[in-house]
Amino acid sequence: MNTLTEAFLQSFQLMITLDETLVEVVLLSLSVTFKAVSLACLIGLPLGTALAVLKFPGQKTLVVLFNSFMGLPPVVVGLVVYLILSANGPLGPLGLLYTPTAMIIAQTILVTPIIVAHSRQIIVLLAEEYDETLRSMQASRMDIMGTLLWDSRFSLFTTVLAGLGRAFSEVGAVMIVGGNINHFTRIMTTAIALQTSRGDLALALGLGIILLVLTISINALAYGLKTTWEKHSYA
Amino acid sequence: MTRILARWVGLVFLLLGTPAHSSDEYILLQSTTSTQNSGLYEFLLPHFEDVYGVKVKVVAVGTGQALYNGSRCNGDIVIVHSPADEREFVKAGYGIDPHNLMYNRFVIVGPSSDPAGIGKIETLQEAFVKLSKGLAPFISRGDDSGTHKKELSLWAKYEISPTGDWYYEVGSGMGATLNITVGLEGYTITDLGTWLSFANKSNHVILYENGSEMFNQYGIIMVNPDHCPNVNSEPAREFLNWMVSPMGQQLIAQYKIDGKQLFYPNASPKMYK
Repeated sequence: MNTLTEAFLQSFQLMITLDETLVEVVLLSLSVTFKAVSLACLIGLPLGTALAVLKFPGQKTLVVLFNSFMGLPPVVVGLVVYLILSANGPLGPLGLLYTPTAMIIAQTILVTPIIVAHSRQIIVLLAEEYDETLRSMQASRMDIMGTLLWDSRFSLFTTVLAGLGRAFSEVGAVMIVGGNINHFTRIMTTAIALQTSRGDLALALGLGIILLVLTISINALAYGLKTTWEKHSYA
Repeated sequence: MTRILARWVGLVFLLLGTPAHSSDEYILLQSTTSTQNSGLYEFLLPHFEDVYGVKVKVVAVGTGQALYNGSRCNGDIVIVHSPADEREFVKAGYGIDPHNLMYNRFVIVGPSSDPAGIGKIETLQEAFVKLSKGLAPFISRGDDSGTHKKELSLWAKYEISPTGDWYYEVGSGMGATLNITVGLEGYTITDLGTWLSFANKSNHVILYENGSEMFNQYGIIMVNPDHCPNVNSEPAREFLNWMVSPMGQQLIAQYKIDGKQLFYPNASPKMYK
């Protein structure tokens, strides 16, 4: 039997029987990703909006920086977080290295620039459209930002999904700061890397198929939610 | 069928409730990859954890990185296989109580067609001379791991400088290196444990495995609590003592894949002058 067929069979078997280890790994993947993306949104959406609306010295530099940081190499982010959380590093006493929290920190750093850059882009366009109306209402800056953010909520869905995609599929950073510890910091992507290094390519690919199925399910769910929400708000 | 159903029901409950995080006592083991990839820990650690109530969390990296992580206090104990580096680690004050733990051997693997003709060779020196003719790619770990250091020491010993388009320094772990070796129909040097547990052998086989030079000694060292006050030294010492005890040693000898023993226990304290 070739590796591909075997991979499909293995992934189905693991999914249908709800293999205990698989469930554990999937749940941790989801938990780390959602927490990291939520944090990144909390930081990134206001920041993106501010960069779109406010004019201040250095604003353009910040825009360029955040655009560039979308391409931050995960391994480098992992190394920096490793050094900071290392026992004799600045945040060593917190004892966070090799914990899910360390993985969330690394992924938040990777996802935040994506949220900032994409949301700024979307809100800049909407701000132009709303410019006269908002000026005639003499709205405060806070109000302007709130309105723009709220009115672009449906377009921002894709932004969040881009962030989710980055976090969910990332392996380099979480491997370094999480340590891929069995039952503790092992997630889908690091499990795939481990099985590849064990030469069990069918299992590795099977896990990859499951990761893809999960990603598609999350996106389908998000799309469904978005359409329902949109219908209700314009009804 | 009922078990599968029970799991689905369990999953629903798990998603509804907050997952309970156990606050068990644990130690962090910085380890070379071969011991983890071979499945030894999955077999061995439950025996220790059940008796002592201490979880052992394993971070598997190359020997160089494991020792580096230990020197930065990110771990309570290390299991590695590069005697010279272990000595340095202890001499620098990063580690205490070094012990020999177990051994196996390094082997040269390559395609069964054996274009370099390693299979018919008597001595390791001849094998390395043949490999350096460049008739097929040689894949080097290139990552400062125990296996990499071993390989470099052998080239040096036979006064061969491994350069040329046949020599690939891949900077990867043993498993990734084996995947590349299989893909390129090349040769590489690997520890026996990783090779026996490696599932993607394709048409590759062991071509050379004799000689005292291919000896592969694993060591266990506690991270020095004087250098790293944060280490969990009590349970780490318990773990070390257990690993070198008759119980731990016997279990190491019992671990087999396809009826083949992967590691041979030989615990003894190491004395550095």
